[in-house]
Amino acid sequence: MNALTKPANATDARRAARSHILTPRLETPFHPRLAALDEVNDWYNWAGYKAPHALFDEELEYFAIRSTAALFDISPMVKYRIAGADAERYLNRLTLRDVRKLPVGRVHYTAWCDDDGHVLDDGTLFRLGEQEFRLCCQERHLSWLLDSAFGFTVEIHEETEAIAGVALQGPTSYAVLAEAGFAGVERLKPFDIATFAHDGGTVTISRTGFTGDLGYELFVPRQTALSLWDRLWTAGDGHGIRAIGYAALNRTRIEAGFIVANADFVTAEGALRADRVRLPDEIGLDWLVDPDKPNFNGRRAVLDARRNQTLRHVLVGLEIEGNVPAEHAIVYHRGKREAGLVTAAIWSPTAKRNIAIASLTRPYGTRFVDDLWVEIYAMRELKYQKMMKRAKIVPRPFVKLARRTATPPGLR
Amino acid sequence: MQRYDVLVVGGGHNGLVTAGYLQRAGLKVAVLEKNGWVGGAATSRELTPGFLYSNCSYVCSLFRPEIMRDLELPRHGLQVVAYEGGAVLTRDGDYLASYRDHDSHRREFARYSKRDAEAYERYARDVTRQCRFIQPLLMRTAPDPFGFRPRDIAELLYLARKFGEFSPGEMAQTLRFWTMSISDFLDEYFETDVIKAYLAISGIIGTALGPMSPGTAYVLLHHYMGEVDGSVGAWGYARGGMGAVTQALASSFLAAGGTIRTDAEVARIFSRGGRTTGVVLESGEEIRAKLVVSNADVKRTFLKLVDEADLPEHFVHRVRHFKMRGSSGKVNIALDSLPEFPALPKGSSCIRGDLHFTDSIERMERAYDDWKAGRWSADPMLDTMIPTTLDPTMTSPGKHFMSCFVQYCPPKVEGRDWTDADRAAFAETVVGQISDYSPGFRDRIVHMEVRTPRELEAEVGLTEGNIFQGELTFDQLLFNRPVPGYAQYRSPIAGLYICGSSTHPGGGVMGAPGRNAAMEILRDLKRSPEKMSNAHDVI
Amino acid sequence: MTSSDAPLKTPKTAAHSYDAIVIGAGHNGLAAAAKLGRSGRRVLVLEAANAPGGAARGREFAPGFRSAGLAHLVNRLDPEVARDLGIALAATPGPAMPTAVLDGEREPAVLRGAYGETIDGVTADEAAAFSRLRDKLVFQAGVLKRFLRRPPPQLGAIGIGDISTLMAAGFGIIRKGRAEGRDFLRMLLMNVADVADEYLDDDRLKGLLAFDATLGIHLGPRSPTSLLGLYYRLTGEVDGKAGGQFIPEGGMAAVAPAFLKAAETAGVTIRCGARVGRILADRGRAGGVVLADGSELTAPVVVSAIHPQATFLQLVDAAETGTGFLRSIRHVRSAGNVAKLDLALERMPNFSGLPGRDHAGRIVIARSMTHVENAFNPAKYGEFSPDPVMEIVLPSLADSTLAPDGACTLSALVQYAPYKLKAGWETGKPAFLKIVIDILERHAPGIGATVVAANLSTPTDIETEYNLPGGHWHHGELQADQLLINRPTGTASGYATPIEGLYLASAGAHPGGGISGLAGWNAARHILAGGSR
Repeated sequence: MNALTKPANATDARRAARSHILTPRLETPFHPRLAALDEVNDWYNWAGYKAPHALFDEELEYFAIRSTAALFDISPMVKYRIAGADAERYLNRLTLRDVRKLPVGRVHYTAWCDDDGHVLDDGTLFRLGEQEFRLCCQERHLSWLLDSAFGFTVEIHEETEAIAGVALQGPTSYAVLAEAGFAGVERLKPFDIATFAHDGGTVTISRTGFTGDLGYELFVPRQTALSLWDRLWTAGDGHGIRAIGYAALNRTRIEAGFIVANADFVTAEGALRADRVRLPDEIGLDWLVDPDKPNFNGRRAVLDARRNQTLRHVLVGLEIEGNVPAEHAIVYHRGKREAGLVTAAIWSPTAKRNIAIASLTRPYGTRFVDDLWVEIYAMRELKYQKMMKRAKIVPRPFVKLARRTATPPGLR
Repeated sequence: MQRYDVLVVGGGHNGLVTAGYLQRAGLKVAVLEKNGWVGGAATSRELTPGFLYSNCSYVCSLFRPEIMRDLELPRHGLQVVAYEGGAVLTRDGDYLASYRDHDSHRREFARYSKRDAEAYERYARDVTRQCRFIQPLLMRTAPDPFGFRPRDIAELLYLARKFGEFSPGEMAQTLRFWTMSISDFLDEYFETDVIKAYLAISGIIGTALGPMSPGTAYVLLHHYMGEVDGSVGAWGYARGGMGAVTQALASSFLAAGGTIRTDAEVARIFSRGGRTTGVVLESGEEIRAKLVVSNADVKRTFLKLVDEADLPEHFVHRVRHFKMRGSSGKVNIALDSLPEFPALPKGSSCIRGDLHFTDSIERMERAYDDWKAGRWSADPMLDTMIPTTLDPTMTSPGKHFMSCFVQYCPPKVEGRDWTDADRAAFAETVVGQISDYSPGFRDRIVHMEVRTPRELEAEVGLTEGNIFQGELTFDQLLFNRPVPGYAQYRSPIAGLYICGSSTHPGGGVMGAPGRNAAMEILRDLKRSPEKMSNAHDVI
Repeated sequence: MTSSDAPLKTPKTAAHSYDAIVIGAGHNGLAAAAKLGRSGRRVLVLEAANAPGGAARGREFAPGFRSAGLAHLVNRLDPEVARDLGIALAATPGPAMPTAVLDGEREPAVLRGAYGETIDGVTADEAAAFSRLRDKLVFQAGVLKRFLRRPPPQLGAIGIGDISTLMAAGFGIIRKGRAEGRDFLRMLLMNVADVADEYLDDDRLKGLLAFDATLGIHLGPRSPTSLLGLYYRLTGEVDGKAGGQFIPEGGMAAVAPAFLKAAETAGVTIRCGARVGRILADRGRAGGVVLADGSELTAPVVVSAIHPQATFLQLVDAAETGTGFLRSIRHVRSAGNVAKLDLALERMPNFSGLPGRDHAGRIVIARSMTHVENAFNPAKYGEFSPDPVMEIVLPSLADSTLAPDGACTLSALVQYAPYKLKAGWETGKPAFLKIVIDILERHAPGIGATVVAANLSTPTDIETEYNLPGGHWHHGELQADQLLINRPTGTASGYATPIEGLYLASAGAHPGGGISGLAGWNAARHILAGGSR
């Protein structure tokens, strides 16, 4: 595998790369545009990249996603290119879902586990060709991916820096793409992929997103990132396009009920404590597990846990009385028995409900589903206001929008 | 004739820790130190005008924060500053740096191998898991598996419970980790030689083993268990040199009413009827006390200071076979300007961390082969540091001091004693190696102090110059350290205790042996310490 | 997970269907098959070579001269395995096979009885000191021995059997007193050099201990944990005496037939020349094998008595195992260090100072522990020892059919000869052979002129000849981190593997290599007991 990770002229490349210390935080290919639009100077470190927490106003950015079109830079997402004769078989052993059922030109959301069935990460798998895939995820996994390649004819390249990605999300996102001249994009159903000409090359557009809204994700080589941005920006002028930071996106993903690695669950390779790792069924990913497909990592452990009923946790959606977000609040049963922890929570402006995602210790959330309470500490002018609020288990997503799946998509 | 409750033989950091706790518990304690200064192997000394040297130990990360707090060391002047990074300079003119910033660190490793850069996360997690398991054991007295006393049994159960927190896979992994060589361990994660070499350094520092010897993965852990303000594994440096640690300890002890006598070398520890009665100094002066605590190593204590006739034969036999072969030397260099390392980028923070020049495991292991044959390494493994880049107060502006820890250096040269010519030749291997990476280095040298195990034994009193007061192999750890059945700081002589690094958990400027010894002494006296914080939680 | 949902017994109808298929007719494969066969199961053993016996398979290495395989003496055949399976291998009547240590200067030190119950050629004080050390080590090895005859404890599912073994071991120690207990825990992971230094003065005896502790292991006598190798040696017994050794009547060539006979008596079918191409598995459940010729044989139980790496890296589809498991299998250290020399000699050699009758014993060339240590050093860097250490046996003395009348064969295990020789064994082999012959000439002057043929098998040759990855006869380093619950690797340490119905039964499984039969016998007992992981 060495050949895969080392360029031919390794020494020269290695020397040339010394300058990395001059930029301890990488800038994404879109950074010049983000920096120009930025009004609040509110950056954070996303996997080594300088990324905006907010660009002008977190609240207004949220409404851009839900009422017009929002551009969100997803370049720091870790991306791997997986290609070769065995790529499908390889990914089928690696991930939970049946990759044989993923046709060329489609994406699916999936997750992968270690041998003990503990989730290493979740992400999206793009089938770009019969033998060519892109895996997009939150954490870095090269050594796991390469070790998994033993016995398969497959090549794996990490291409995070080489590929720029941007999400265009919101009710007018299709209108922006149409205006930008991406003819045929209206045919894309959710999770479809297509390539379009752009700036002498191509752009890959998938109808995917992390907002639960109508939306797309666009990937280009980093060289054509800025021209893509400009093309969208110009086209979006009449459609209310805004650039946004992570805070706004995070609100929409909670409304959509999506989970984030190392926020709603701890990844198996990152966990220091043995009791922090999670099986797919313990974080609401049981629907990804396909017991009928060929063997995959963690299969035996996951199915054993189901059969022996040794699952220990469950991920639930909560609706909480009142309007104070319950982030990281402890969940109690009958107001005193500790039952779990809220991992993400917001007041949903769209649903007008106080919503939360929580990890509960079974049988809470499975057998005991009533009489749940959350203990919220709200800091109010240097004083904690402690509240015990009733919580009700509700299905996710909390916000379900018909426009997300309508094909052809609406223009407004 | 003076009377004290407790005499502490030797004013090293552990002796001062024990003394500090006991004095604060209301006992009348005197520390007896053979040198004209206290500090043992944690000293800052002006060996040439204008330059303060940390001439023995040179890094302060293991020192337990609980002790700093209990003995109020910050109030007595102790400040610990974190290292900024570090680097290995490679023979092809490049370097591998380490940075505190997570992403810079990853990108630096990725220069060599993207795979290794991402594998580092898994490596760091696995090592941290092991640290989390072992760290709480530092501040506990090791149980005697054959003691059958309630405390021993309770303690064994505690250990079993700690171990039980692991998943079966982790338990199996833990057993492997404890018995593997650092080289084999690193092979399971990394493909790049220089990355392995860099990470292996902590597996051999101060150890009479090579990176390919089983057990060195544990030694790595021993060095990683340190922390700087809760940042586990971080290395730090004491402002004012390592002497700042012991000066603060001494100041704290004096402030609590303790007595320190320097130039007071103990010749003999007395006992009558199986109970210690006091000591006699080289000067002939006798000092009586109910208790004597020896900070000297186990061999010096029981083979030189105590009459063998007062000890069980089996015990003496075991002490005699306690392994404490010196394996390290130290070269301290005063420089009239900051050395240049052209390979390092201008303004790099690496220069304010640890610098090394050994870029492969094989070179380290060959350096060890030289030691096994009774020679100093022809191509040694250096762990160097220029503390004046972090703490300019140790010399005048612009001038610098460089500490070079040298692995390996034998206690005897091919079976005979060291000569001055040997020492000069040894120093040349060090200066020669640095000069290969730093043009003009020789011309900057103002003064140089060269310490082989011979000097360490003569000045600090470490038998055979072993910096850990005993090697860190399994047969000398936990309940085996220093002697099975006597691993709880007590000795066969009532009232005589040992508190140095020869005892659990071993060497390094950690202070844990001293504190644990004080705890056992107070337990025997049925006194409670005025203040002894519980061991900090593992964060 | 248990046999309840996968019955061991299948209808004995189809000719291609069995209750259990054992891969590899080495002694462990045959022991496993015999044990399974005796329970009434239909068992098929598949052997790639044209004859059974595995590494105990004999061959003609020069016209008229035969070698009996890798091992040249027996020192750890488990008496309970032998009794249970009816393996009749006995020493020729008479005094026990001695071990002579040659240093090239003094007269040899000759250990007689089981591992030196008496010693010739050393001072009385030294003999007494050796005896004290021997007693201690034999006692400690005896404690460890309890753990060899059962599967290693499965962490997280410690059973009553595990606890009772542990308690029995504990009581065994306590009976001897606290001091012995403390010594045991202190010494367990020590290096052999420090222990030998503490007790002994004679360099030859220390050299012997150093040699025996490290033979077949990538450690030097000063490497921590090297004492384990010596304990392992002393867990072997002959006629109830720890540390004994013998060449069976009829020579080592009798070993493979004895195991074969046990299997055949148990009704086992053995097919030679039947190379397995693939182990059939689907979604974590083994179902049989496909032979290299494409024919398919099914069985609910597949027992692999070949190297764990050969099993999982060559025969099982990677997709059927987990990434973590495969990673750990690939990390098994299994690079051999021993070269096997077979010499065809015109006549019997004469080792200087060695009484004639002792030529029938084991002859060890190790001057001192430093000699062994220095021989080890180059192996760390992929170089062979310029001054190797070795153990020699003259096999034709016990089995005259191995050589023509009047002629003689010499077998030597020479260490260290690392598998991954930097320079490559193609050029390395003639150079190393010359070194070895020169050493033999020094100790047995004139031997060089009588050499008719020499065959040196380096670890790469052994790898090819016996399908042993790395050419390691223990099927993986016998070091502390690859023992018990970590042999060959955590999740496959109890004979069961992550693939249901697939079991490991070679030296790569607990307790390790040597002709003991234990790995195969234990595996079969585990399968018969339900076989859960």
